[in-house]
Amino acid sequence: MASNAHAHDSHGEPHPLVGHLVPFWLLFITGGALLALTVITVAVRYIDVGEFNMVIALGVAVIKATLVALFFMHLRWDRPFNLLTFVGSMAFVILMMAFCLIDTAQYRSLQFTGNPPEVENTLQSNAPGAPVARFKPYTP
Amino acid sequence: MSTLHTSHDPAHAAHGHDAHGHGDHAKYPFLQHHFDSPAHQFDSAKLGMWLFLATEVLFFGGLFVAYAVLRTRFPEVFSYASHYLNTLMGGINTCVLIASSLTMAMAVRFAQTNKKGPMLLCLVLTFGGACGFMVIKYFEYSHKIHEHLVWGKTFYVPPHTEEGEHEAAALAKAPESTVTLTVANPAAPAVAPIVALPAVEASAIKPAAAAPQGLATVREQAKAEHLPVADQDPAIAHPTLHLADPKMPANTHLFFAIYYCMTGLHGIHVLAGMVMLAWLIWRGARGDFNSDYFTPVDVGGLYWHIVDLVWIFLFPLFYLIH
Repeated sequence: MASNAHAHDSHGEPHPLVGHLVPFWLLFITGGALLALTVITVAVRYIDVGEFNMVIALGVAVIKATLVALFFMHLRWDRPFNLLTFVGSMAFVILMMAFCLIDTAQYRSLQFTGNPPEVENTLQSNAPGAPVARFKPYTP
Repeated sequence: MSTLHTSHDPAHAAHGHDAHGHGDHAKYPFLQHHFDSPAHQFDSAKLGMWLFLATEVLFFGGLFVAYAVLRTRFPEVFSYASHYLNTLMGGINTCVLIASSLTMAMAVRFAQTNKKGPMLLCLVLTFGGACGFMVIKYFEYSHKIHEHLVWGKTFYVPPHTEEGEHEAAALAKAPESTVTLTVANPAAPAVAPIVALPAVEASAIKPAAAAPQGLATVREQAKAEHLPVADQDPAIAHPTLHLADPKMPANTHLFFAIYYCMTGLHGIHVLAGMVMLAWLIWRGARGDFNSDYFTPVDVGGLYWHIVDLVWIFLFPLFYLIH
């Protein structure tokens, strides 16, 4: 760890005892890339590519998260065990999400459509005759 | 007490050195008694922080799972209700958080190279970014709460326009006197100058908006006032009239429930980050950090970056649904 820090001494800057010095140009490039990717992900919203909108949006988010983790959070130069901790926690979130989605898919045919009864009651008392599409799916 | 840990006082540390014969402890006043070397202490602190960040990922992870289940269950609700969120404000907030992440990373860099002034400037800028984020969040939330774009039953209660609220308040306060004024006006001209102003205000009252007669009336009224109404403007309905939008799918309130849960928990983390940044600024100004010891800035930065990281996912998942 400490030996990494001795990489540059050219300017006579005091080098840290521990950790890694990330050069400023790398920090600025990372920040610029994050802003550029934000612009891209907003622009993609207005282009209709069907199912791929979600894939692109999440893909860009994963790229941005990777940039933040590697360069801002120093994981590129950090102990591999810290990376394992972080990636491992996300792997378990994905695992839980996968099983929950599989489970809800099993009950799809039994699912109730429309507003639940209590919402219907509220609608009836607060807004009788309100033109709410109650039992129709949304069609853009 | 003093034998348990090395204090920040170098003289005190040197005293401890005699007792233990550890060269590093004499050299580095910040080095705690139970660590062998600064590297040992630094790596332990980082590992502890990463373990905490892993619990944070799991904490938010539960809500992300809830989001995934709701979105696969009600895809039409998400693609519809996303239009009620202000993409511009969300985008600005994304940029603010990214910029503050950059200044935080720079603060760590400056702390590592003994640049106290620039480090403090970067920490203050990061703190400013956090404040900016919360201010924008406040405007977003207050607008939505005012329009009844919230979770639960309130979502299905017709929101009143500014005018309607005043009318409702006026009616609730003195319904009898209002009637008296309008009736008394022609009958007693002598009183008229005194009550002229209230009478004009009273005559402006449209009972339709104040009385709970239903959205159909509100909608008619909006049409009469040439406000954009849902069926004329299908893409984005008039925000005060989401209930009057015939295209609103059932269970739209669920979108706002998960929206407030996730962005709210994230907002709490931003507030906690502000407390942490204030603490770092205080300690930094006191001169606690240098190239040998900058661990609090480093691990504080890790926390701030994960707050940014969560928002990087929240932004497309809520604001950018096609």
